[in-house]
Amino acid sequence: MTSLRSRAGTAALAAVPLLALAVFFLYPVGGMLARGFWPEGSFAPGRVLEVLARPRVHRVLWFTLWSAAAATAVAIVTGVPVAFALHRLRFPGRDLVRALVVVPFVLPTVVVGVAFRQLIAPSGPLGRLGLDGTATAIVAALVFFNVSVVVRTVGSFWEAIDPRREEAAAALGASPAQVFRTVTLPALLPGIVSAASVVFLFCATSFGVVLTMGGLRYANVETEIYLLTTQELDLTGAAALSVLQVLVISALLALSARVRRSVVPVDRTTKRVPRPRRAHLPVLAWTAAVVVFLMAPLASLVVASLRRGESWGLQNYRALGTTGERNALLVPATQGLANSLQVALVASLLALSLGAAVAFLVSRPGGGRPTAVLDGLFMLPLGVSAVTVGFGFLITLDRPPLDLRTSPMLIPIAQAMVALPLVVRTVGPVLRSVDDRQRQAASSLGAGPLRVLLTVDLPVAWRSLLAAAGFAFAVSLGEFGATSFLARDDRPTLPVVIYRLIGHPGAENFGMAMAASVVLAATTAAVMFAVQRLRVGSMGAF
Amino acid sequence: MRTRLSTRVRPCVVALSTLMVATFVAGCGQSGGSSGGSSADDSKTLVVATHDSWAMSGDVLAAFRKKTGITVKVQPQGDAGQLTNKLVLTKDSPLADGVYGIDNTFASRAVDEGVLSPYATTALPRSAAAFRLQGDGADQLTPVDYSDVCVNVDDTWFAAKGIPAPRTLDDLTKPAYKGLFVTPGATTSSPGLAFLLATIAAKGDGWRDYWTRLMANGTKITSGWSDAYEVDFTAGGGKGDRPAVTSYSSSPPFTIPEGKTQPTTHALLDTCFRQVEYAGVLKGSKNPTGMQEFIDFMLGRQFQAALPDNMYVYPVDTSVRLPESWAKFAKASPKPYSVAPSEVTRNRTEWLREWRDITSQ
Repeated sequence: MTSLRSRAGTAALAAVPLLALAVFFLYPVGGMLARGFWPEGSFAPGRVLEVLARPRVHRVLWFTLWSAAAATAVAIVTGVPVAFALHRLRFPGRDLVRALVVVPFVLPTVVVGVAFRQLIAPSGPLGRLGLDGTATAIVAALVFFNVSVVVRTVGSFWEAIDPRREEAAAALGASPAQVFRTVTLPALLPGIVSAASVVFLFCATSFGVVLTMGGLRYANVETEIYLLTTQELDLTGAAALSVLQVLVISALLALSARVRRSVVPVDRTTKRVPRPRRAHLPVLAWTAAVVVFLMAPLASLVVASLRRGESWGLQNYRALGTTGERNALLVPATQGLANSLQVALVASLLALSLGAAVAFLVSRPGGGRPTAVLDGLFMLPLGVSAVTVGFGFLITLDRPPLDLRTSPMLIPIAQAMVALPLVVRTVGPVLRSVDDRQRQAASSLGAGPLRVLLTVDLPVAWRSLLAAAGFAFAVSLGEFGATSFLARDDRPTLPVVIYRLIGHPGAENFGMAMAASVVLAATTAAVMFAVQRLRVGSMGAF
Repeated sequence: MRTRLSTRVRPCVVALSTLMVATFVAGCGQSGGSSGGSSADDSKTLVVATHDSWAMSGDVLAAFRKKTGITVKVQPQGDAGQLTNKLVLTKDSPLADGVYGIDNTFASRAVDEGVLSPYATTALPRSAAAFRLQGDGADQLTPVDYSDVCVNVDDTWFAAKGIPAPRTLDDLTKPAYKGLFVTPGATTSSPGLAFLLATIAAKGDGWRDYWTRLMANGTKITSGWSDAYEVDFTAGGGKGDRPAVTSYSSSPPFTIPEGKTQPTTHALLDTCFRQVEYAGVLKGSKNPTGMQEFIDFMLGRQFQAALPDNMYVYPVDTSVRLPESWAKFAKASPKPYSVAPSEVTRNRTEWLREWRDITSQ
């Protein structure tokens, strides 16, 4: 009976986020897949299989796999030393660098694509490298977006390693290389694997990067779904590729869950990390080089934002209060920023409340398999094509009681679905680190359940809740994929405004697009910097 | 332990559910006022789905409101292709009352898929007859404006190099112009598709061979117009390194330097594909008469005259005066290429597949 009641309670708590996921994710995606599997009203799985036999599909799949694998490998090699420098050393300006490193991850690809291309186009400062339109450029851009995931995830694992173990090994005569190989690396490995799986996930489903950097010579599964859906209206082909995508991603999530289960990186003690010594110079130099790599496209944005035609100055920033040259915009760019902030506020609150509920459930001790499935289920939105979700919204949420197509809630909801996995992965490990015996002790001393939550869980989790909210806020600010496919009314977000400006001729519009991008990047960096001040060990760890 | 867990869980359910509901309510409340589409009084609002290039000054729309009492809500839905495909996917429960921005490369798809209702306007200016859709669906789509997609060249660049600028499609494949041309892709960009159709109209079955030569001559393909014009084109915002680009015949006036009177670029009028944009009433529209009134209004002099400055397109009413800089530097092509819309719809997938194979490695 008691067990029954407990299950009922858990089920009730799980019901709200599950319902949201079902209505706002599974149902729309299912709707699009159904259109592909039932092309003329009758079930035709044979046609889906035919698509998978197309030689072009094989080429696309192969490119997806190798570009994602290469980008993942490079991101790991690039990011691990940076993780050490930013999480195991203490130097002035470290928090600022940590915040800057995250900015690329939340910038809209449409902005970064243009910024990146201005650098590597034959006329750009790096033009001599001949990278423009090559697969190398695509991989470099993927690395640019995802290094921060490696730095954060591996960094939080690194913080959790007790330095005394390494010191003991060294005292027993191990060389620094031996210490790293026998003590540090085994402890980091789950973090590295977990970061690698998520980076692979992001790379394999990246869309804007491949489209912009690849100059159409290269296609991955995501861009192919986009072309099949938006241009050719080949829904059967799109459905086949979407199913393939979901299968690959589920397998990947299952694999990473297995590795991740062993160690939980949470550092709740605030031990002082050392200042850098001479031996750390190579690592610091590497970190500086990586920061330069990450900042170069942003610097080219700033330069472009200060120029209009041949003249230099702040006129592009002043023009943000207007609708651009010849009414390129429906509302002034500043209104776009205000809309973005409002949408991000609602989206992050939604993501936070749903994500906290899921995190609470997956962090209960003894959850077993259902918990793992629940955890994986809420990661799925990261791995499904934004085109499929966006078009799915349009064809499924079109009738009362769920007629949301023209609702201003549509975009916050879509963005909340994207930010949800990040919230779960930020708050979950922190709640899991609470020793359940503390709650039992509080309970046996007469504390009511709410009081237990407030006095045991909340004091530990509040920083991570705030941090998750901030992260969700930043992700929502930069979200462009799903947003751009949904009905846009007269309240566009800033990334959509930038996209419109860049698509209209005129030096003023181009300059305004650059200035608006800088504003977006700066806003994001400010939010991330504030989150950074909270010092949450496992921020954004996957 | 189980008991404790359960008693602890329930208040959390209450707390979290309350928080979620509160968020939803707050979210709906803060912006519920601007919800569009199906308001109580459907005849007073009109939802029009458009392509992303929609831009119109507030005065013009205010004049429509004053005249008819109808408020127009514009919903940009992507480029012409995305717009058409979204309408096809949602035809059982339309996104809007009417549509503006389906062009002659997608018109047949919209007509064949039955997303539109017929409307025979009486407001069509005499000059617009030439732009009407032929055959099926002529009564469903009303031409509003047109534009010419043409190769643009940077005169300053060619003058500095002492090379004469190219003039024709064939020139682009000559060794003298190797590596100088950039075009947005036909699969991802609507001017890109228009340029492909120009070559198909010009070369017939020889278009594959033409593209093979074009690619061998170092042509660069980008995903979108903005990428080609603003990054690679020498006269664009990014000061690129290619002096020839696929753009519009209306682009040159944008390259008039500050304080000067002459543009630094011009359009090659022998390389143009004519895009005609249509408006129509959607089947299942909540306000069909409102959309009919709006179509008539779009054909009126005020709207037609505002088209060049806001959307960089030519009015179908050719008696409307063009802005001065347009009359000088943005002339439409005297003999543009065209491909019948029904032929485009029949062959699009095949053409695009072949084009992709020729242009990708």
